[in-house]
Amino acid sequence: MSPTITTSSEANGNVSAATARAAATAAAAAEQKAAQTGAQTITLAKALNTAMADAMHADPSVLVFGEDVGMLGGVFRITDGLTRTFGKSRCFDTPLAESGIVGMAVGMAMNGMRPVIEMQFDAFAYPAFEQIVSHVAKMHNRTKGAVKLPMVIRVPYAGGIGGVEHHCDSSEAYYAHTAGLKVFTPATVADGYRMLREAIDSDDPVMFMEPKKLYWSKDQVDLGALRADHAANTERGTSSEGRAAVARPGTDATLIAYGPSVPTALAAAAAAAEEGRSLEVIDVRSIVPFDDETVCASVRKTGRAVVIAEAHGFASVSSEIVARVQERCFHYLAAPIRRVTGFDVPYPAPKLEHYYLPGVDRILDAVDDLQWEN
Amino acid sequence: MTISADHTAQDPATNDPASGAPTQSHSTEDAASEAVRKFGITVEDYMLPARHQIQIVGPDGTLNPHTEQGAQPGHEYTLPGDEDLVAAYEQLVIGRRVNDQNSALVRQGRMAVYPSSHGQEACQVAAALCLSQGDWMFPTYRDSVAVMARGVDPVQTMTLFRGDWHGGYNPAEHKVGIQCTPLTTQLLHGVGVAHAAKLRGEDTVVLAMCGDGATSEGDFHEALNFAAVFHLPVVFFVQNNQYAISVPLAHQSVAPSLAHKAVGYGMAGERVDGNDVVALLAVLGRAVKLAREGSGPLLVEAHTYRMQAHTNADDATRYRQDSEVAEWVAKDPLSRMNTYLAGRGLLDDGRAAAIAEKAEAVAAQLRDGLSEDVPVDPQDLFKYVFSTPTAQLKEQSAMLADELAREEAAK
Repeated sequence: MSPTITTSSEANGNVSAATARAAATAAAAAEQKAAQTGAQTITLAKALNTAMADAMHADPSVLVFGEDVGMLGGVFRITDGLTRTFGKSRCFDTPLAESGIVGMAVGMAMNGMRPVIEMQFDAFAYPAFEQIVSHVAKMHNRTKGAVKLPMVIRVPYAGGIGGVEHHCDSSEAYYAHTAGLKVFTPATVADGYRMLREAIDSDDPVMFMEPKKLYWSKDQVDLGALRADHAANTERGTSSEGRAAVARPGTDATLIAYGPSVPTALAAAAAAAEEGRSLEVIDVRSIVPFDDETVCASVRKTGRAVVIAEAHGFASVSSEIVARVQERCFHYLAAPIRRVTGFDVPYPAPKLEHYYLPGVDRILDAVDDLQWEN
Repeated sequence: MTISADHTAQDPATNDPASGAPTQSHSTEDAASEAVRKFGITVEDYMLPARHQIQIVGPDGTLNPHTEQGAQPGHEYTLPGDEDLVAAYEQLVIGRRVNDQNSALVRQGRMAVYPSSHGQEACQVAAALCLSQGDWMFPTYRDSVAVMARGVDPVQTMTLFRGDWHGGYNPAEHKVGIQCTPLTTQLLHGVGVAHAAKLRGEDTVVLAMCGDGATSEGDFHEALNFAAVFHLPVVFFVQNNQYAISVPLAHQSVAPSLAHKAVGYGMAGERVDGNDVVALLAVLGRAVKLAREGSGPLLVEAHTYRMQAHTNADDATRYRQDSEVAEWVAKDPLSRMNTYLAGRGLLDDGRAAAIAEKAEAVAAQLRDGLSEDVPVDPQDLFKYVFSTPTAQLKEQSAMLADELAREEAAK
């Protein structure tokens, strides 16, 4: 849809389509070789792609559809190779209509399928808002549990990629505010695989918010080990679903972040360490359900907290986190909880976005403000 | 009719990876050649509705001459069998009784609201009777009679309007979608159900219902287009009852008819007299058959009239004349069918009495069922949000339980 974005993501280390396709073909064979696969460097995009391919191999009712997800492999190439591997009845392009995509997925989920659908960009999901809020979120409730909607709505979201307007919204609060939707957002390559498999396994609908600026971030992961973990969790009925993670341990203050803000928080913690301050970073991972336990345990330990999010601060997920932590940890707090969020303005044009996005300096300023004794 | 884009849902077993390449789309040519082959007409003649709405039995209960029943090539309809006609009449009588009983229960304060389909019973009954057991129906809030005619328990059907819960029946058990109050969103759910069935190679047909006002909604367009592009066995059934609450059809659309919208999506459309259950059974029956044979989707517009206000909260005298309503009394679907069947000797006094008795039994079931005070469980609030309640919901559920326990203790 947006040439600007494609260019930008290539600049951020996008592999060429041909390379990505070759990788996807290799992925099909990778399942058999899983046992001997060791750690390898892959992107978040590849992790997400592998999660879908593995889920499709494991369960014929898993279907992938959306705009340009077929032969093109999605504008971000997250569905690359799926049509080639599974055929066009399992991964296919739809007419260009988001409400139609979500509404059709509702019917398919009602009738035995597990659709994994892609909204091409955050702001392009808004035409589907009624289907998401009135039906995806409520069908289980309206039918007193008789109808479950095991479906995943993948939303590439947030900014930092130089995208033109309507391509960089942080729309997670709309979904988190809606009862009946789970809202996941991975920040690491391994979580991309782990959490998308969990989302597809979920009997409840999941809004899967993918930080698009992290699509081409790389990490060493052992896909074989991730697959084995997933299989073991499935067997035991356990998983990391709904749990936050300690992304970096620390003792002096807690940075609470999710999705695209996690790497920024980690960079701030690294910078603070050089100044002798030990910051713990919590990766929220799952906005709904929210892991009060992990977040509050950290804040009770450190006594100070900053919540970081790209979205506007007003009436946001970050305001909810502050409220929850304040209600539960008030007597442990040495200072009011601070927030570093996007300003309450429409997402800015590419040349202005760096003023808007929470950065390391703004985070460290907030940390400095936490009423330290000396 | 083949309006195939590059998506033809093959059996997954026959999918080889190479078939992922887009196939050439020759929609117009395919549609034309198939329609020409099947009916000996042009694709335009197949997709456009017949010149007049299909009517088999006139308002006075007499059979129209064969040439007027829908006799154009590609739009030929046959009279349903005698037993089907009597069965439909029985459902008409029950449907009318249900409508009037429910309206009375609203007046007595037993139900919060009831959108009556009084006057539209022929559409309601035909919608249910045209489907086979494995087929699905996606009804609106005004289609309670159709839901009951499909076999859902009357009292369960009324749960929504009584206010105990949003839906009272299991959609999967009855293959009836939850009655939908947002407009046309359910059409897309019907499209999805049909799509899933097609991918599995099942011969399920979906009847997706909406009203005339709803055709202005975006999801109407998206549903018809998706069904056409994916070549799905869906029959879209529009009950044009002339009003969207207070706004007449002329303010919704200036299309020649709502059925004419079909051609824009590459599907066949037909108009039918919505107060002639014989014509409805013929037209919907044929549409379902064509959809099952792979010639779907199709759009059927039934021309009918909402004899009563939108709901008990509405005042129809503010936007329409009594004289207009009186005109439609003369076209009543029940009296028309009664006259026709009696004239054919298919409805003697004994049969009529037995039918009336059945209708009374359903009315009594509604009266008894809705007079009973069924206690609601406040903990149900938290049970059906997610498959497993979150920690936050457990906390809130405990809070409410504590609140109620303290209230109880203070009594």
